[in-house]
Amino acid sequence: MAKIGVFVCQCGNNIARTVDTAAVAKDASEQNGVVHVEDYKFMCSAPGQEMFKKAIKEKGLDACIVAACSPKMHEATFRKAAEAAGLNPFKVEIANIREQCSWVHDDKEIGTAKSKDLTHMMIERIKFNRPLERYVMPLTKRTLILGGGIAGIQAALDLANAGIEVHIVEREPSLGGNMARLSETFPTLDCSQCIMTPKMVEVLDHPLITVHAYAELQKLEGFIGNFRATILQKAKFVIDDLCTGCGECWEKCPFSVESEFEMGLVKRPIIYIPFPQAVPTVPVIDKTECPKILKDKCGLCAQVCGPDCIDFTQQDEIKEIEFGAVIVATGFQLMPNVYREYGGWRPPHMTPKKLTKKERAALPRSGAGRLVDVINGLEFERLASASGPTGGQIRRPSDGKIPETVVFIACVGSRDCNKGVEYCSKICCMYTAKHTMLYQHSVHHGKAYVFYMDIRAGGKGYEEFINRAQNEGAQYIRGRVSRLSKKGDKILVKGADTLTGQAVDVEADMVVLATAMVPQGDAEETAQILGIGYDKHGFYSEQHPKLMPVDSSTGGIFLAGTCQGVKDIPETVAQASAAASKVLALFSKEELQRDPEVAIVDQEKCMNCWDCVTVCPYLAIDRVELKDRNGNFRKWAAQVNPGLCQGCGLCNTACRSKSIELQGYTNEQVYAQITAFGGEFV
Amino acid sequence: MSEKPVRIPYYPGCTLKTKALGFERSAMDCAEVIGFEMDELKDWNCCGASYPLTKDNLMGLTAPTNILVEAEKRCQKEEVDPNLITLCTFCYNTLKRTEYAFQQDESKLETINAFLDRKYDGSIRVVHYLEYLRDVIGFDNVAKMVKTDLSKYRVAPYYGCLLLKPKKEIGLDDPEDPVILHDFLDALGCKVVDFPGQVDCCGSYLVMREPEKVSQLSYDILAEAAEYGAQALVTACPLCQSNLDKSQSDETRFSGLDGVPVLYFTQLLAIAFGLDTENHQLEDHFIDPRPVFAAAGADGESD
Repeated sequence: MAKIGVFVCQCGNNIARTVDTAAVAKDASEQNGVVHVEDYKFMCSAPGQEMFKKAIKEKGLDACIVAACSPKMHEATFRKAAEAAGLNPFKVEIANIREQCSWVHDDKEIGTAKSKDLTHMMIERIKFNRPLERYVMPLTKRTLILGGGIAGIQAALDLANAGIEVHIVEREPSLGGNMARLSETFPTLDCSQCIMTPKMVEVLDHPLITVHAYAELQKLEGFIGNFRATILQKAKFVIDDLCTGCGECWEKCPFSVESEFEMGLVKRPIIYIPFPQAVPTVPVIDKTECPKILKDKCGLCAQVCGPDCIDFTQQDEIKEIEFGAVIVATGFQLMPNVYREYGGWRPPHMTPKKLTKKERAALPRSGAGRLVDVINGLEFERLASASGPTGGQIRRPSDGKIPETVVFIACVGSRDCNKGVEYCSKICCMYTAKHTMLYQHSVHHGKAYVFYMDIRAGGKGYEEFINRAQNEGAQYIRGRVSRLSKKGDKILVKGADTLTGQAVDVEADMVVLATAMVPQGDAEETAQILGIGYDKHGFYSEQHPKLMPVDSSTGGIFLAGTCQGVKDIPETVAQASAAASKVLALFSKEELQRDPEVAIVDQEKCMNCWDCVTVCPYLAIDRVELKDRNGNFRKWAAQVNPGLCQGCGLCNTACRSKSIELQGYTNEQVYAQITAFGGEFV
Repeated sequence: MSEKPVRIPYYPGCTLKTKALGFERSAMDCAEVIGFEMDELKDWNCCGASYPLTKDNLMGLTAPTNILVEAEKRCQKEEVDPNLITLCTFCYNTLKRTEYAFQQDESKLETINAFLDRKYDGSIRVVHYLEYLRDVIGFDNVAKMVKTDLSKYRVAPYYGCLLLKPKKEIGLDDPEDPVILHDFLDALGCKVVDFPGQVDCCGSYLVMREPEKVSQLSYDILAEAAEYGAQALVTACPLCQSNLDKSQSDETRFSGLDGVPVLYFTQLLAIAFGLDTENHQLEDHFIDPRPVFAAAGADGESD
């Protein structure tokens, strides 16, 4: 015979206002198996919990119902208290009589009747609760960080400084990401590289951090605490340990291609470091362009290299490393192809090249498509950067002239349901204001116009920054731009001023588009490698939008920075540190305890339809061979990896042979609960 | 071309029989050269052009459906491909959008059939003359038939809106970045003037209420085309043609622009084919294109 205790909470007046808790307690006490009831003002308070523990010990209770708030709130609290009193925590259940009852009803009679029902149902259910034991898993205290931008760098430093071993995988030859491209940062106008590069050096020099530059994650297997990553180290054709970063090779390289880091504004050699402050300062050879590798011609870099560190025979290398946690910090890109919509075209390099007929035919034809001086925000950053192609002097790409009039267009691609993305890119208002300032600080007599929809400057010191930009002379025009076209050597910007209701034409020397921030082009593939969720845009989904903003949908994988959603630098850094602290919390124990409320398979009943494998969003179900005592193959069956299972129950519902059960939510429990429903259907 | 010319049912619409008679005549003459015959529907009615095809209003579909029924009957009787060729962009737009509406939702077709007490199967494909040249004849083949050297003429294509928009329903070309008229002019051997105003609004029906505004819009387009070096504009839309052309007659408002003639694309096609353009009403334009194309043999009654 069960010995069940029922503890009814009044929650101050929250529950007691619409539920007669004494009546609920009295009713419960009359139920079969109930040996103890309490009705108390605050069950979750310290005296309330003491009362709970005391009852378990003194009455020898073997199961408890707490009729109180949502299990999301205090299930953990009472399960912990029960454990302290010597009762298996999974023998405690919550009857939610607050969120699902007192808060949604006004009538005390109805509220009381419903609370009684909810409590009955739990009493019947708990008779089938089994005492479950938590799974214990080993834990590899090593963290993989994907992406070496500011988010990855911050998370790596926080972890390494706390004594955790970190590996950063960065696909470019250098750390830095998009932040390294920026000239100055809002709202303080401090130099991006000046605050960034010391951190990059610190990462490289840290004894606990290993940087895999020019590498990519190929595969991630395993589960929280026990991941196994396959990392592809792309061949650099330069021996890391020997290279001194002297620069002889890239200075002598006779060939050049568009520089990715400089957004194609200038060219770079084929053996290159992306930018002068690159970390590590080890060049790589672009094997898709190098004539030595392609046709066995040249090889000049190897001849000039003092320490003899160039090795044309180097091959891609696969590394397999075990990790306990992963932080995804893969960053963003600016929306590609918006130029087309606005008639702009990305220049191949600073001096305009005469296009062949074929190249012209490939360009968009409408109006322009040849407007070299229409650039995007990151290109403007490079033009304004002291280490950029123009040495920080703002010159327009077509002819190198200093622009007298610059038009900045906000919300290009953002907040645009038809041609772009619906969301607000959030940082553009601020960086456009910054651009107007950078421009006017560089060109004192220059005129800056900003076409905007709304100014969204929510942040510390942000509104003040916008005011400053306006006070420094930027002309803000509220309205959209309908067309950009060439007029002489200028660009005619046709727009509207919706505050005065007039059409506005501006003849600009250069136009800067504040293009929408979107996830990396391969964000979805990366998510599939990692087994994490993503939204329709390709941003990675957090576990809970408010309460778990850095956890991905998969245990042990955390998110940092713009791969999760649009963010500015302070927010990115904050999220990176949050992700690091999550990893530290995970690594604070010697081994990992996993909730036993996961699916288990009755493998004898399993009939191998593999529907469970198909529906499992966490890749937690494996197909295994069952063998007889002689080791011969007997049958196939599904098997749940409790390290990966999140207890969502999808496999449970999909299983045709009813051979999968979710522990803690078994059919017996749920049927008992439903059968006990004593109310009337309305 | 084949021995026997292909006969395609043709829907003219009101404007082609009145103001844009030259458009129809030149198109028919050119069709003869190319090798097809535009076979006018016998019992045709208004396409409903000035009644916008609003989202849920089935009434707007009744007039075009009547036309499509006629075309379907004709095609079935003569056992030809179920096509209906049009010239006017308004007619093209309403007919094409009706075709789309029925493709998307067959229940609309049933409702209209019940209302009209007629039987339309939804078989007709509406094609524009330009579309027919591009997709069936091929601009390359058109280029082979060109007799007159137009290589010294700088001609700008002007698309307007109805030929291209809405993209989903019409689907002829990219509405913001179209090339079909460019390619057509290329085939004729002209120098194609690619100017940004080619898809800007001519003012359309606003000409009835606010003619000054339309003059302004049209003038902006023409002035830009002229700035890019265009000697003439070609269009497929009678209303664009009318607005652009007429705005230049307004001597008091916009001077400083040496008239830029605005032709129907078929009028230029006829010149390129070296046809007798006497019937093509070139003289009816406010800005007479004949002086511009005189060397190419454009003729007609002189004023």
